[in-house]
Amino acid sequence: MMQIKPILAALKRHKAGTVLIALQIALTLAIVCNALFIIRQRTEHLSRPTGLTESNLLAVSNRWVGADGKATESLTETDLAALRQQAGVADATMINSYPLRGGGWSLGADTKPSDKDNVRRPTAQTTLYFTDEHALSTMGLKLVGGRNFRPEEVRWVDPRDFETNVPVIVSQALATKLYPDGHALGKPVYLSSTKPATIIGIVERLQVPWTGNWAANFAENSVLLPFLLQGNFGNYLVRTRPGEMARMTKAVPALLFKTNRMRVIPEERGVRTFAEVREQAYKSDRGMAILMGVVCAVLLAITAAGIVGLTSFWVGQRRKQIGVRRALGATRHDILSYFLTENLLIGAGGVIVGAALAIGMNLWLVSHFEMERLSLAYVAVGVIALLLLGQGAVLAPAMKASRVPPVEATRSV
Amino acid sequence: MFAYYFQLGLRSLRRNPLLTALMVMAIGFGVAASMITYSVFRATANNPIPQKSDQLYAVQIANWKPQDLEGELRPALTYTDAMAFIRAHKARRQTALYPIAPSVIPADAHRLPITADSYAWYGDAFAMFDIPFLYGGAWSQAQDDAHASVAVIGRELNDKLFNGIDSVGKTINLDGHDYRITGVIDDWDPQPLYFDPVNTGGFGDPIDLFIPFTRAIDLQMPTAGNNNCNTDPGNGWDNWLRSECIWIEYWAELPTTADADAYKRYLTGYAAEQQRAGRFKWAPNVALRDVTDWLDFNKVVPPESKISLLVSLGFLLICLVNTIGLLLAKFMRRAPEIGVRRALGASRREVYMQFLIEAATVGLAGGVLGLVLTGLGMLSVGWVFDEQIARLATLDVSLVTLTVVVAVAATVMAAFYPTWRAAQVQPAWQLKSN
Repeated sequence: MMQIKPILAALKRHKAGTVLIALQIALTLAIVCNALFIIRQRTEHLSRPTGLTESNLLAVSNRWVGADGKATESLTETDLAALRQQAGVADATMINSYPLRGGGWSLGADTKPSDKDNVRRPTAQTTLYFTDEHALSTMGLKLVGGRNFRPEEVRWVDPRDFETNVPVIVSQALATKLYPDGHALGKPVYLSSTKPATIIGIVERLQVPWTGNWAANFAENSVLLPFLLQGNFGNYLVRTRPGEMARMTKAVPALLFKTNRMRVIPEERGVRTFAEVREQAYKSDRGMAILMGVVCAVLLAITAAGIVGLTSFWVGQRRKQIGVRRALGATRHDILSYFLTENLLIGAGGVIVGAALAIGMNLWLVSHFEMERLSLAYVAVGVIALLLLGQGAVLAPAMKASRVPPVEATRSV
Repeated sequence: MFAYYFQLGLRSLRRNPLLTALMVMAIGFGVAASMITYSVFRATANNPIPQKSDQLYAVQIANWKPQDLEGELRPALTYTDAMAFIRAHKARRQTALYPIAPSVIPADAHRLPITADSYAWYGDAFAMFDIPFLYGGAWSQAQDDAHASVAVIGRELNDKLFNGIDSVGKTINLDGHDYRITGVIDDWDPQPLYFDPVNTGGFGDPIDLFIPFTRAIDLQMPTAGNNNCNTDPGNGWDNWLRSECIWIEYWAELPTTADADAYKRYLTGYAAEQQRAGRFKWAPNVALRDVTDWLDFNKVVPPESKISLLVSLGFLLICLVNTIGLLLAKFMRRAPEIGVRRALGASRREVYMQFLIEAATVGLAGGVLGLVLTGLGMLSVGWVFDEQIARLATLDVSLVTLTVVVAVAATVMAAFYPTWRAAQVQPAWQLKSN
């Protein structure tokens, strides 16, 4: 530490190089902090459980041709019966949407009816899943309270014309939100203005169809209704027996076309295993995380390389001075620590500017995109990482400098 | 002299292989990252109809109370308002439109039905959106008024159903109803899909099939896109048409700014009339947006695209700072050589020339590496972006040129300071110390 003053004096003679390294460290810190933060934001949802038992689950989207409305009831029932009888299939259900699918039905749920001006102020946003008594076993949901639907409770309805005064199963998250005291079973939940549904069952977890930020505050608020929706579009979920997945991926659409060929199962995304559903739902999140990861790695490598290059140049320039110092009694260790300290000083300057830049850049991103505020822990980690990187990068040239023999002092360049 | 300096530059690339490799890699990576993300940004921020983008306007009107709008006009209209605008016929051309999802039943009973990306709209739309025809043409306004069973199909669907022959006059069966084909569209794939960014997110497969809006309403074809209601529309189709639910997009062709102003006055007048009639309990709030404005409003450029472009530009900046430092080291190492040249009579100008050209050589090498990396990166664009966007990002001639130009220009700019330092070398001082 005795050396700081002479180092500063020496740096003054290399203003350009010093500023360049410090600037590079500052910019790298700013970008790496923000990139890491984006990675965390993008990956924290990747492993969020849907509540479904995702293995051995197949999702099929189906559109009837030439049939719509009420006519689709018997067609769908024939399909479901055929699916449930198929060897290799454990159970099957029809549902309007499912977790991670993207599109679906959402509305506000409340514990009270509308006030006298017919104004509702829903206490919780929720998604509606329209399905039957096979949903729990097909999706592999865990019932933590109450009971499943009974077959006689399930009805076909016109999606533009139904009342929601029926028994419903809700997710634990929604139950807690509506009834924080923990006693939601048997209680009413208003999904329309006047007639309440009754909570008959609670499942441990059930995610909404959307993964976007806008759905983040109701990500696990779901209601299952004992309604099958008429209309030409629907989704089948099929639970296969263990080990039958590969075979069923082909057998299920073949069976459906054999049952009735007047239908369209899209070539793309028509038949998907749930693993594929999950992969596609989070594709851009994962891609963005990988991209940012690659950018960070290359950026750190280039910054380290830049430090090595410039320090090597300095060492080369100062061989004579180093030789003089060695001749005057400086040990190899003194020389080594001189360069390490020099780098630490430049790095410290760089990270101070860089930390400010990182926060400024994040504030700008927050104001222009859907981003959260950067946590200072990231900046702290980034500062330490870059200082260590600098020390690591400078080590090789510094070792080289420490090996300069004292006899160098006597040579002219 | 240029050729000679260029040769010197090439030779000097080999002189400090490590420093040179570092610089070339830094420039290569920086340029490649910027170019890959720029190609995606360029595709998403594209103006899909540049010759007419300032003549086509999407129409918006506040039919919900201000609290329900959450600060911004919604991008869709009710059936009631759309029909009022169609009847008024105040623009040169106009159309209401919404996406539908009919299935095409092939005449050959052995073939399975297929879905086609379809829209219900008015005959005017084809001329409005400059859609090229391979055979036949649009249906007429009389056919719109007659709710005729006619259709226009895309080239790909024509290939699939009719093996590419002129199918005008033939019929196509949609969900059990026959439609007579009036025209086959030639290749037409505007991206972003500016006429309906609301339901497509801006990007999607080319649209294959169009039928008259009036016919689709007769057949009670529901929208295949978004439907938003602020109040319960009540049960059944007719209640839905009468409701304040919004699900239709509306376009007007207004060739001059005077036309646009007049149309806006018409819209404001219409809203005021609705207010007087008691349907709107708020002051008129309307908007006309041209194509670019409409794409901005619907936030068609995905945030991923903007963020990754910004991060890559930051990346390039760091690579350049890095290059400045390395060039400085490279050039200053040759101070004695510069001293000799200056002492032998070379002017500062000559020194500038030599080192800038040497830097350009480094930039060129970086550009070539950048080009290779950009090519590789293009293959992996699909990892980060939606397939529909990834397919638009291509390595074309303009991008190749841009890659090399950016690499060379950036390196030469980075070389200004190191070159200036090199030119400042005092010949006497260098010679003396030797």
